[in-house]
Amino acid sequence: MTLLLSAWTIGLILSLLSLGIYISYRVFRFADITADGSVTFGAATAAALLTRGVHPVTASIAAFVAGGLAGICTGVLHTRFKINQLLSGILVMTALYSINLHVMGSSNLPLLSVTTITTYAQDLGRKITGHDSATLLGWPVSARDVGSLIVVGSIVLIIALIAWLFFNTNLGSAMRASGDNEQMIRALGVSVENMIVLGLCIANGLVAFAGALLAQYQGFADVQMGIGMIVWGLASVIIGRALIGTDSVGAALIGTIMGSVLFRLIIALALRWGLNPNDLKLVTAIFVFGALVLPMTLQKVKRHAAGS
Amino acid sequence: MLQVRELRKTFFEGTPNEVRALRGVSLDIEDGSFVIVIGTNGSGKSTLLNAVAGSFYVDRGTISIAEKDVTRWPEHRRASMIGRVFQNPFSGTAPTMTVAENLALAARRGLRRGLGRLLPARIQNELRDRVATLNMQLENRMHNPIGTLSGGQRQALTLLMATWRRPDLLLLDEHTAALDPKSADQIVRLTEDVVSQHKLTTLMVTHSMQQAATLGDRIVMMNQGSVYADYSGARRRHVRAEDLVRRFDEIRRDELLDASAAEMLRDAYV
Repeated sequence: MTLLLSAWTIGLILSLLSLGIYISYRVFRFADITADGSVTFGAATAAALLTRGVHPVTASIAAFVAGGLAGICTGVLHTRFKINQLLSGILVMTALYSINLHVMGSSNLPLLSVTTITTYAQDLGRKITGHDSATLLGWPVSARDVGSLIVVGSIVLIIALIAWLFFNTNLGSAMRASGDNEQMIRALGVSVENMIVLGLCIANGLVAFAGALLAQYQGFADVQMGIGMIVWGLASVIIGRALIGTDSVGAALIGTIMGSVLFRLIIALALRWGLNPNDLKLVTAIFVFGALVLPMTLQKVKRHAAGS
Repeated sequence: MLQVRELRKTFFEGTPNEVRALRGVSLDIEDGSFVIVIGTNGSGKSTLLNAVAGSFYVDRGTISIAEKDVTRWPEHRRASMIGRVFQNPFSGTAPTMTVAENLALAARRGLRRGLGRLLPARIQNELRDRVATLNMQLENRMHNPIGTLSGGQRQALTLLMATWRRPDLLLLDEHTAALDPKSADQIVRLTEDVVSQHKLTTLMVTHSMQQAATLGDRIVMMNQGSVYADYSGARRRHVRAEDLVRRFDEIRRDELLDASAAEMLRDAYV
């Protein structure tokens, strides 16, 4: 049960990262590898502030801002200096590796002895369950796990709601249109370049915020924690699309969150059944490859069947 | 309204693919006039339209719209004064967004886009009413993704979007060329209605001599990146499709003559 609860919680935390990837990849069709760096950047920023006694909420918001700045860098490299999308992201991601080491002061920063959001979550859990542990459907669960799930779930709900409202404003719709048809939205007076910079700013802000929450939940920030996160996000976005299957914003947002949680549950089960943790990234990459190629192959097969 | 002075533009300069697309085009278009631009393939007519719209910066010359020099303005800034319809019906609309969303985006052409709602209840009725004037039964499909509509329907909506806020200048780039004849007719009629109703200053590129002869109050014929003939006033009223075709034949004969002269020179000297 603990395994299930923590899979849910981590899935929800990473759904914020997936929402970021949704913005860059689905809205702009921009494969933004900056995410690998900015998830760590968010964790590092939050961890560095927390160990200096800053309030967890302030530290998490600071992480969002830090990620936003990283996103702006990638956006400016791409739009102003005309550097290829992937390369812009690689440059910023690489630079962030050094920056993260500076921010943390070491390659790993433990957070077990400081007050984090998880501390508050644990208090909340205690209040609800009444003890340090309780039983849920006959299974023993800890107050920390219950509290974390509730806190993270509420944060995700609020952010998803804000994202949905934003994408239905004049600005947010112009952003969606920029990804959908550049020529059209330019002819309607919108600078696609500015939209890309703003979009990547918000996307990486979310990714860094997810990093900050993840560090607080697992109790440490590590300079390596971002590796492969973009692929993780892509997997969630793709699963989400398969689950929901429409292009409307609300559905896509819900799908992405569901995709992230579902993917985490699948991984947790696979690990439980003996998947070697070292193979995790390989499996994720193969999964995304399959998800990208399968629809095309299916279509070809279908066309072939129809033709013969 | 539109003043174009000595526009020059060369693409791929200094390479074997160099194209001198505009070679000193000058054009003055009065407020409220409906100008048809015709010319052979590669004559520079679409390039001229794109130069005015700001798709690229010209090498030389100036462009001013409504007394404002816009030569160095980026495309999205010029959009505050210009409405555009493209040749490709897919170019003018955002396919995954709904009909209502596309129209509402167009309703803010050139205005600031902030955190107000795109589709508040009060604007929805106005959108529906304006779409109903197209007589295409699209008012019942306001919340469908626009990508599910046909090319003709999308082009009609693009025209509506381009003129939602009255533009100083309307640019139509062969906007019926990719449609079936029936839809093309429908769009032509709609264009006439919209332009005359709002007295829009319009620049329309077309391949169809029939459209050129029947629409508009002035015809500009382009060839090799400059203005070859300009029919306005009484001359415009008397011009027929056959006259235009004859002028095209002249151009073709001249080019043939050029080619054969070049061949003669080559035979004699190379």
